[in-house]
Amino acid sequence: MLKQIISGIQNIGHRAIESVWRLGVASRFFILVLLKSGTSLRRFNLVIRELYFTGVLSLIIIVVSGLFVGMVLGLQGYETLQKYGSESAVGTLVALSLVRELGPVVAALLFASRAGSAITAEIGLMKATEQLAAMGMMAVDPIARVVAPRFWAGVISMPFLAAMFSVMGVFGGYLVTVLFIGVDEGSYWSQMQSAVDFRFDILNGFIKSCFFGVAVTAIAVFEGYDAPPTAEGVSGATTRTVVTSSLVILGLDFILTAFMFRGVS
Amino acid sequence: MASETLIEVNDLNFSYPTRAILNGINMSMRRGQVIAVMGGSGSGKTTLLRLISGAIQPTSGYVKFAGEVVHELDRDALFKLRRKMGMLFQFGALFTDLSVFDNVAFQMREHTNLPESMIRDLVLMKLHAVGLRGGHQLMPNELSGGMARRVALARSIALDPMLIMYDEPFTGLDPISLSVIGNLIRRLTDSLGMTSIVVTHDVHESLKIVDYVYFIADGVIAAEGTPQEVRESIAPFVHQFIHGEEDGPVPFHYPAQAYRKDLNLEDIVA
Repeated sequence: MLKQIISGIQNIGHRAIESVWRLGVASRFFILVLLKSGTSLRRFNLVIRELYFTGVLSLIIIVVSGLFVGMVLGLQGYETLQKYGSESAVGTLVALSLVRELGPVVAALLFASRAGSAITAEIGLMKATEQLAAMGMMAVDPIARVVAPRFWAGVISMPFLAAMFSVMGVFGGYLVTVLFIGVDEGSYWSQMQSAVDFRFDILNGFIKSCFFGVAVTAIAVFEGYDAPPTAEGVSGATTRTVVTSSLVILGLDFILTAFMFRGVS
Repeated sequence: MASETLIEVNDLNFSYPTRAILNGINMSMRRGQVIAVMGGSGSGKTTLLRLISGAIQPTSGYVKFAGEVVHELDRDALFKLRRKMGMLFQFGALFTDLSVFDNVAFQMREHTNLPESMIRDLVLMKLHAVGLRGGHQLMPNELSGGMARRVALARSIALDPMLIMYDEPFTGLDPISLSVIGNLIRRLTDSLGMTSIVVTHDVHESLKIVDYVYFIADGVIAAEGTPQEVRESIAPFVHQFIHGEEDGPVPFHYPAQAYRKDLNLEDIVA
């Protein structure tokens, strides 16, 4: 009995040490990626190539989801606001929810599952098929040549995708409330215009999406590079990328919101 | 020139914290030679290649490549040294997102400032040497195993290295591809004046093309010699390996307690 308790405690301690150790390895890797980003910046076409895969190819899911989220917000917002006779404020509701929260957060969650998992799987498979080792043998540093361009492409794409998501959402809200339900078009846009502040709302949303972009791509490239070189290892790493980045996005969002919107309006 | 020593391995030891892999290896390889390193699976052959390329550090002893002690070099010097080495991985390890042409051109683009027209000519020459000039626009997933390895071979000679290491180049090839790869190794070594180290357990193919053979077993060099000496060797390990005998110095059975004891027959009097 005592033995079991002791081994249970040992197990917890072992896991705690292991996860702290892994966090340390990940941080060191992150710094290494930053230090070796020179090649990506000098040969920017490497990044542009990855921008296509992570950014452009993620557009469809971002655009379609943004549209539907905006449409649902419009419907729900209208239903509630109408009870108080203030359905003309639905534009403000849609825009503020999207720009402050849903745009950066949902776009980042979608980005993690669409692009983050792809980055992890690609780097993990390159490792499993010895492509990274072969590159090292050719005196080309895989972190500089493979990891850093993907990292920067993700960091650059994320704010644009979040902005795209918000724009499509505002448009979706417009479609539902103005065109289908018949809310006054002028008040939809003008109330939105007067209520949304550039500094507090749009800029803060942009800053959030930058943080999310760094977090998601850093996790994705680390999990890929760190994946055990087997089919099982790569699939596990891909899952971890999606799960960890989703949790990190939501946690970071809370922290950032607490800092940004404390005492606003 | 042919007798110039390119690689000197001196009393090389390597061990993981729990077990020793290599124990006092001594080797000497000259330019223009094809050298085979043979041994059973897990005998430390691939570890030896990793030590020569500086991917891991020896526990003691050293590898000297072209006069430089590999493990004492810093990262930049090591990368500089590696431009003089090529390595052929077991299944080619071609970059799957690049075409055959771009795979072979990869190192030229990374390490030189050659104009694109010259890179094109060089790549086609390298591909011609392995007989795949016509396939330069193919993607790696369109190649057979033997073709992929030929492309990888063209890629590893892209910058005319002094040494190429082959990690099990014959694994999983049909007899035709097998002898194509074998002959290419010999021919490229001769025409480029480089050194080739072939890690393999394909006895018959490799004895046809190599100049010298090292056998590694349990982390030490169990035997060495020219193919002729090896074929005629009466050393039990070499004999077992060359002829693929089931039992011998390398036992068939994994170490176990007595058979009778395992079956609980101890107390029964026979």
